[in-house]
Amino acid sequence: MQFPENLRYTKEHEWVRVENDSIGVVGITDYAQSELGDIVYVELPQIGKQVKQLEPFGTIEAVKAVSDLFSPLSGEVIEVNEKLKDSPDLINKDPYGEGWIIKIKISDLSELDNLLSAEDYKKLIGK
Amino acid sequence: MGFVPNTEEDKKEMLKAIGVSSFEELISDIPAEIRLKEELNLPEPLSEYEVLKELQDISEKNLDLNHAICFLGGGAYDHFIPSAVFTIISRSEFYTAYTPYQAEVSQGTLQSIYEYQTMICRLTGMDAANASMYDGGSALAEAVLLSIGYTERKEVVVAGPVNPNYLKVVKTYTHPRKAQIKLTKFDAGVCDIEDLKQKVTDNTACVIVQQPNFFGNIEDVFEIERITHLHGALFIVAIDPISLGLLVPPGEYGADIVVGEGQPLGIPLSFGGPYLGIFAVKEFLIRKMPGRLSGITIDRNGERGFTLTLQTREQHIRREKATSNICTNQGLMMLAATVYMALMGKQGLKEVATLCLQKSHYLAEKISQIDGFKLKYKQPFFKEFVVETPLPVSLIKDKLQAKKILPGIDISKFAGYGDGLLIAVTEKRTKKEMDIFVDELKNLAG
Repeated sequence: MQFPENLRYTKEHEWVRVENDSIGVVGITDYAQSELGDIVYVELPQIGKQVKQLEPFGTIEAVKAVSDLFSPLSGEVIEVNEKLKDSPDLINKDPYGEGWIIKIKISDLSELDNLLSAEDYKKLIGK
Repeated sequence: MGFVPNTEEDKKEMLKAIGVSSFEELISDIPAEIRLKEELNLPEPLSEYEVLKELQDISEKNLDLNHAICFLGGGAYDHFIPSAVFTIISRSEFYTAYTPYQAEVSQGTLQSIYEYQTMICRLTGMDAANASMYDGGSALAEAVLLSIGYTERKEVVVAGPVNPNYLKVVKTYTHPRKAQIKLTKFDAGVCDIEDLKQKVTDNTACVIVQQPNFFGNIEDVFEIERITHLHGALFIVAIDPISLGLLVPPGEYGADIVVGEGQPLGIPLSFGGPYLGIFAVKEFLIRKMPGRLSGITIDRNGERGFTLTLQTREQHIRREKATSNICTNQGLMMLAATVYMALMGKQGLKEVATLCLQKSHYLAEKISQIDGFKLKYKQPFFKEFVVETPLPVSLIKDKLQAKKILPGIDISKFAGYGDGLLIAVTEKRTKKEMDIFVDELKNLAG
């Protein structure tokens, strides 16, 4: 199970990758997708929605459970992964790549300090 | 309910198990001053025959519809129920009022739910229907909750006269969400479109219209839909299922949610319940829909099977974040509606609707020819209409009820709905019955 070093993680099992010091790409971890099992639906936010760090921005639905998605950082949603509407299983297949969920325009980079490193996240889940 | 005897031996055994010496000791915590000191003052016991006779005498004080001519409507209607409906729903395999719990064991029940959902979709022109709700009022209230959750807006606009009892339920359900309910004017008996344009804003979660409306009139649903969607609100249409034998299905004019009272579909009036809440949505709302949903699948042997589906919407999994706290359906009533629709078919339903339309227009014509009586509104109507009367409606009701005619509903009892007599005519009313009604009204007026 992979936990890339260049990402930051939440205790709620989301990851964020910062691009150009301004854009955050958000998804859920390999561990989260494997615990959820077959993902059948992702409820995505509207573009332009303001999100706050560690507050829900959408939901993810597997066959037996549904969970909230928490935003790793505060900011504005500027893009959602439209491919998930027809192929939510991309999250199972490629959680850090094709299975990304939203992109946000980061409002406060210092919030990164509240997130976990790959090392800390692995400890959290006991890997 | 079975008879549970309570013998002296039983009492002794129970008191012993509890660990008290007497019944008096068991209830010693109840203050003496509020306890009855003497024995209950009851008459002597009666024989089985005497009890039956007495109950029969009491029940005959009710004016039932086998012995009265009924023009009551307002959401519950005296439609004909084929005998096959009761015969089928009372089969022991089906006979329960409850939603299936160990659901997949009850394949027959799940299949009947699936058939019901399919029929409701075809009737309303919608993509998905749930396994039913309690009644028309609670279905409407759930639709409003869904709209508030989906749009994250708080305003609810009621376009035209909607059943006031449904609106009471809506107010009760939405009170904790702090919904603001705005009513449009309906001076001409239908929604005032100019007023609606003022009241629908970008803060509107949903617009509710009843088609036909509470007065029986036909609303301009096409224009109401346009105004609703211009502001990104959801369009809720409350229907009378019988009317869809003739009227355009709401799915075809842009309804996002269709609700309705299913009682006209083979369910007896029975003092106001149990009834059936119809609930259907367009596909984009399917995960927000309250209630149970039966789906079709194949098992590991490739055989067709039925299963509760999309359960992750529901309160037992989604907990406090579910759209609704409903995890049940109106099982037996839903089955009655399914059997009724299957018996009627598309053609039968159309015939019932056509008879309602023709007969109600015959009666409206006859009544408006009586001196002092006239139709209150100049609108097209389906099976109900409001009449202005030369005498107080309450007096007409009292006089005719004594002659075993139920003339309709006194709408003055609903604040804001004006005065008049709301008369409903189903396919069951014969020309003779209607002519008797007209003659009695003439006598009163003369």
